[in-house]
Amino acid sequence: MRFGIVVFPGSNCDEDAFHAARDVFGQDAEYVWHKDTDLKGADVVILPGGFAHGDYLRTGAMARFSPIMPAVRAFADRGGPVLGICNGFQILLESGLLPGAMLRNRGLKYRCEHVHVRVEQTDTPFTAAAKPGQVLQIPIGHGEGNYFAPPEMLEAIENNRQVILRYTDSGGHLDDGWNPNGSVHAIAGLCNERRNVVGMMPHPERACEALLGGVDGRAIFESVVGVFRSAERVALQATAVGAGRSASVSGARSASVSGER
Amino acid sequence: MIDPQLLERHGLKPDEYERIVAFMGREPNLTELGIFSVMWSEHCSYKSSRVHLRTLPTEGPQVLQGPGENAGAIDIGDGLAAVFKIESHNHPSFIEPYQGAATGVGGIIRDIFTMGARPIALLNSLRFGSLETPATRRLLEGVVAGIAGYGNSIGIPTVGGEIVFEPSYAGNPLVNVFCLGIAKASDIIKGVASGTGNAVYYVGAKTGRDGIHGATMASAEFDEKSAEKRPAVQVGDPFMEKLLLEACLEVMQTDALVGIQDMGAAGLTCSTTEMGSRGGAGVEIDVSLVPQRESGMTPYEIMLSESQERMLLVVKRGREAEVERIFDKWELHAVHIGEVTTDGMLRVKERGSVVAEIPNRALTDEAPVYQRPMEAPTYLRDVERLDLEALGSEGARGFQPGDHTATLLALLGSPTIASKKWIYRQYDHMVRTNTINMPGYGAGVVRIKGTDRALAMSLDGNGRYCYLDPYRGAMLAVAEAARNVACAGAAPLGATNCLNFGNPERPAIMWQFARAVEGIGAACRALDVPITGGNVSLYNETDGNAIYPTPTIGVVGLLEHADRVVSRQFKESGDLILLLGAPGTGELGGSEYLNRLHGVVRGVPPALDLAAERALQQLLVTLAAQRLVRSAHDCSDGGIGVAIAECCFDTGGTGAELSLDAVNVARDPQVNVAAALFGESASRAIVSIAADAVTEVLERAAAGGVPARVIGETGGNRLRISVGGAVAIDESLDAAERVWSTAIDQYFAKRVA
Repeated sequence: MRFGIVVFPGSNCDEDAFHAARDVFGQDAEYVWHKDTDLKGADVVILPGGFAHGDYLRTGAMARFSPIMPAVRAFADRGGPVLGICNGFQILLESGLLPGAMLRNRGLKYRCEHVHVRVEQTDTPFTAAAKPGQVLQIPIGHGEGNYFAPPEMLEAIENNRQVILRYTDSGGHLDDGWNPNGSVHAIAGLCNERRNVVGMMPHPERACEALLGGVDGRAIFESVVGVFRSAERVALQATAVGAGRSASVSGARSASVSGER
Repeated sequence: MIDPQLLERHGLKPDEYERIVAFMGREPNLTELGIFSVMWSEHCSYKSSRVHLRTLPTEGPQVLQGPGENAGAIDIGDGLAAVFKIESHNHPSFIEPYQGAATGVGGIIRDIFTMGARPIALLNSLRFGSLETPATRRLLEGVVAGIAGYGNSIGIPTVGGEIVFEPSYAGNPLVNVFCLGIAKASDIIKGVASGTGNAVYYVGAKTGRDGIHGATMASAEFDEKSAEKRPAVQVGDPFMEKLLLEACLEVMQTDALVGIQDMGAAGLTCSTTEMGSRGGAGVEIDVSLVPQRESGMTPYEIMLSESQERMLLVVKRGREAEVERIFDKWELHAVHIGEVTTDGMLRVKERGSVVAEIPNRALTDEAPVYQRPMEAPTYLRDVERLDLEALGSEGARGFQPGDHTATLLALLGSPTIASKKWIYRQYDHMVRTNTINMPGYGAGVVRIKGTDRALAMSLDGNGRYCYLDPYRGAMLAVAEAARNVACAGAAPLGATNCLNFGNPERPAIMWQFARAVEGIGAACRALDVPITGGNVSLYNETDGNAIYPTPTIGVVGLLEHADRVVSRQFKESGDLILLLGAPGTGELGGSEYLNRLHGVVRGVPPALDLAAERALQQLLVTLAAQRLVRSAHDCSDGGIGVAIAECCFDTGGTGAELSLDAVNVARDPQVNVAAALFGESASRAIVSIAADAVTEVLERAAAGGVPARVIGETGGNRLRISVGGAVAIDESLDAAERVWSTAIDQYFAKRVA
């Protein structure tokens, strides 16, 4: 499958996501410059970490206006899987592709360290390979990861099972002492109502190789690769019975992504 | 119009002015005077230090680029070069800690990518006064936030460093920053202007009035009016630098570039002059073409501004459009401001008319060089004397000299020794997904993607040792940095130095400087780590009080196999603990023990046998390559006692039990026990190994001529150390680790409460 990794001026985890997709998971990967207007045939889109446009105004606030964003939105509207990591998550919030907003970390300091997150939902393309309740150890690195949503929005998010990752201790227990940034409901990762757009503050691309001190981030990448493979299998079967291949592949993809529910 | 007051404001001495007039054959105008003042400042000209720096070893088969360029480079195999350098930003960081530190990081990153290398790691070495004072806490918070704000945004991991708290630095904190990048060895780019008619381009941020005379400020002492110098501190924009970095690396992929240099200290002046001088050419620019942030700037201001994130490029004639297209993609100004000429002059025009015209040579090669008078400081005779018998009474800070567990806890809680997590947690140390030894685990280690290899790097210095004996102290700093790299399993290859001293016009300071440089030279020669570049920071004095002489040494080493990297932590229970190197004679001179527990900075620093040090380092590298060690940690501040405790920390609770030989340094038996535990004899390392590897490890140590013996075993949840057969320390690992891991946080928690 092909990963499209959007590069904003100021992105700095774009190469890390590229390395994970291509060198660790053996998939195709392409950079997509923020001034481009099409996604170069990407099957999955990653908005990587960094400080897009310097993030001087508010994290992600400028990036939502980049020329590539309409294409990202259209891709998401078609059901294509989109993952925003860290700054990418912030950009998804600012773009309205995910609900809520980010505040500065409780304690007002940037924090870079390994944290534990519990997988709350597995019916998204980025958590499908994890087990419900599984605890992943993945690093964070951010100054504005204090997720916030007003009470009614929060209630809707919880009712729709949109919280997919929460900060916990190593045993998977919620504990305010293990919430590194003060996020409401310890929210570390979120999906949209359709469940194909996911944002997460931890950096899975930093935890894909044992040499780097942990491999729990692999679950995120393996999920989307696995979902794609099963979509392709469905498509191939469809081809075998005579349907037009290209049409059925894209049809099967969106079907499988939304069908994960 | 040029009177003594004007000269003084420019930091020029009357005799220096006479030299200027003699070179020029006329009086300089104000713009020219300004240009001379920055180029002849201590910061740019190295006029006091140059005669000494020439004695340093700078060559070796591994050296691809020695001192004189924007950074040094060493060969690391696979056709790649490690490009690295250290630089100080002490003076600006004292005046405005956040921006001072941030722009220090920005400057050193530019030095690296200027060479055509992609920066992949940062380190920093910081020194402050006592953390007890609010002033230090404010400086520390600002400096750390500044380093984080810049490094994190630009996406280069800060993978290690060191930090020391000593009252000596209260009025002059030290902020030394190091950056390392990777380039193709064949594609290293230099800061050279050549080829008559080639275009000179200005790229990056606009020029403002910030930082005018920053280099001159860094070449004078502080006094109570220093806060008034705030406008001389620049403001950093890491986003702009990120764009510059990517755009410059993209331009370097073409062959349209002749040379490139960043505009750091002394801005446009220094970059035009140095590039011309290196290429044996002249440079002519028109300042009216320079993008300006403010209106009404004079040529003087434009030439002297130290606005950040600006680069000067020389582009091959006919290739301009290609280069402009790349900068345009990154939405950066790339303005053709002049040409390379043949006449060797720096010629500055404003709207076509010449406003300054100076031979490049006069600004660089002909800058003054001083053989300043030197004299051993008088304090030495006093501080060399250390009476260990008197320790019980002398300044003891209310602790029981016989309670060695309490002593260990006091040392672990000393901010200089305690965990620096409060600091490095604020740095993104994982971005670029190469970091395989985290900050706090020993030397910082990054793998090199696309190869099997990894690079280890460490910054070390010990101002107390250098205060007591600058020669030996400097040697010990080189040895410690190289040892830290070797502990990680990497063979030390090259070094960079940042020399932080007081006012060189004082003979005692100049003596400290000269002795320290001799020590660095001796150690670098013996350990085969040539100096590839560095930086000198003088005038670190406030109201006549100089800092401890503090050479900071950065050593870079190579691991052939990244997956054989070694960290300080014990890995398994039941492993054997070995002490490699001579057991030590309980040397307490200048130790953290004396300093922290007795408030005494006295004695002579530990002896150093460079041959033994080299053998130890080679053994460490061999053992790591053969996967014979599971952990390795150097013994330095706080001796074996502290080193063992640190090996147990961050392991999830693996304790240790060991026994040490007694030493005999005093009549008081308790002092002897303390000396065995906390003495800082050099050239020692603690390693842990699988029990069945012991024969092979001891054989290899013997073959390498390194003393080695089993001193204990890992396991349990306590830390038990006996000395001469009697239990001296027995403490739960949990309790010890809590003291160590929370010490720095508590200084900040206290303030909030």
